[in-house]
Amino acid sequence: MRESEIAVIGGGLLGAAFGWGLVMQGRPVTVFDEGDTAIRSARGNFGLVWVQGKGRGMPAYARWTLESSRLWTEFAAHLLEETGVDVRFERPGGYMICLDEAEMSANLETLDALRGEARDGHYEFEVLGPDTLKARLPPVGEVAGATWCPHDGHCNPLRLLRALHQGFVDRGGLYRPLCRIRHIEPLGRGGFRLSLADGKVACEADKVVICAGHGAKPLGAQVDLDVPVHPDQGQVLVTERAPHVLTAPTNCVRQTDEGAFMLGPSSRDVGLDLGTDPGTLKDIARRCVRAFPLLARLRVQRTWAALRVMTPDGFPVYQQSERYPGAFSFACHSGVTLAASHAMTAAQWVLEGRIPDTWRPFHPERFHVQTHQGAG
Amino acid sequence: MFRRIRALAEPVRIDFEGQAIEADAGDSVAAALLSAGVVRFGEPVPGGTARGPHCLIGNCFDCLLDIDGEPGLQSCRVKVRPGMRIRRQAVEFALSVPDED
Repeated sequence: MRESEIAVIGGGLLGAAFGWGLVMQGRPVTVFDEGDTAIRSARGNFGLVWVQGKGRGMPAYARWTLESSRLWTEFAAHLLEETGVDVRFERPGGYMICLDEAEMSANLETLDALRGEARDGHYEFEVLGPDTLKARLPPVGEVAGATWCPHDGHCNPLRLLRALHQGFVDRGGLYRPLCRIRHIEPLGRGGFRLSLADGKVACEADKVVICAGHGAKPLGAQVDLDVPVHPDQGQVLVTERAPHVLTAPTNCVRQTDEGAFMLGPSSRDVGLDLGTDPGTLKDIARRCVRAFPLLARLRVQRTWAALRVMTPDGFPVYQQSERYPGAFSFACHSGVTLAASHAMTAAQWVLEGRIPDTWRPFHPERFHVQTHQGAG
Repeated sequence: MFRRIRALAEPVRIDFEGQAIEADAGDSVAAALLSAGVVRFGEPVPGGTARGPHCLIGNCFDCLLDIDGEPGLQSCRVKVRPGMRIRRQAVEFALSVPDED
């Protein structure tokens, strides 16, 4: 057992980003992780750094997402410099492909609403008809059009996870795998005692940061934090490798740095089920082939399902315990997009011991009826 | 890199890119090629790196080869047969969108 100033629970994209961000500030940090059987969204995600269309109804989330996209260039460069791992980040802008007019008008309605909600009325996107789209993204098929946002990009998410872990350990962070924390006991003198299912003490820490994804709820409850998350299953198809023909990511298809195409997305409410099903995969493939007909010539090499850490409104839930101020919890489904902000900005909040008021909208009080004004 | 630790029990001759290779009956194509010193299986995608067997249990899809004219086969899951002709597979992919008839 080692005294650790800060204990991070969870070694996925959130936990690793916080761990790295904190250890880069020279603090003693321990990251507690599960093993290979953990439900790990960080190993199943699509790899987009995506701004377009996010945050309708919560301008803070739209801003936070944009801010992270802007930090990403520096973040990726810093990871490369620290670890030698190139996470293959590119931000050529992203295309939201609309197969038909109905999709196009729904998409434009969302983007117009986001523009209306933006503080300065500024929300960058471009509307592309089928001909312009084809000129800019030649592999596209017969679709109604697309919108393009300059802030969208993608990376290799497995390299990202690896870089964060390696950077953390290289800077003296203590990584404890196969160490599922079950109990967080607030200590009378401040600080927390973390222990495992068998009651064995894992560590004592001044601060605890819960980044435990689907496992966060019972942990948060022990330090007076409500973490309303549920699994939202998404499935992905991956094709064989091909020469690079798709120059930018889209909402449904992206070509990875290694040449494979990834096809998605989908959304199902099936609990903690990681099984794929032919119906969902067929729907994804059909849509993606309509968007990019050349995909039909490629073989699918693998498929998988992963579980998004979803909140009731889809926006992040970040909070600090009022009763035990050293305890924080962070949950969201955009672990890749927000990795830069988590590591470079939010880790600082933990050190300072306070989440700034600007980001108060991420507090789960928004789900509590008592915090809302009555209708009269 | 690799070498056999037992003599060939039942030699089988296969052809890789025009080069004759002695394998053992029961070898997978991937194992036979690795034993013969072949480590580069796949042509790199532009900007990428060359591919070669990683898992040898059918998971990684990095050992794909053209075997007797059929491209994209996982060579760790195909057993050698006498006279088999094996080639690195060309990355065949058209850039243009096919016309829809």
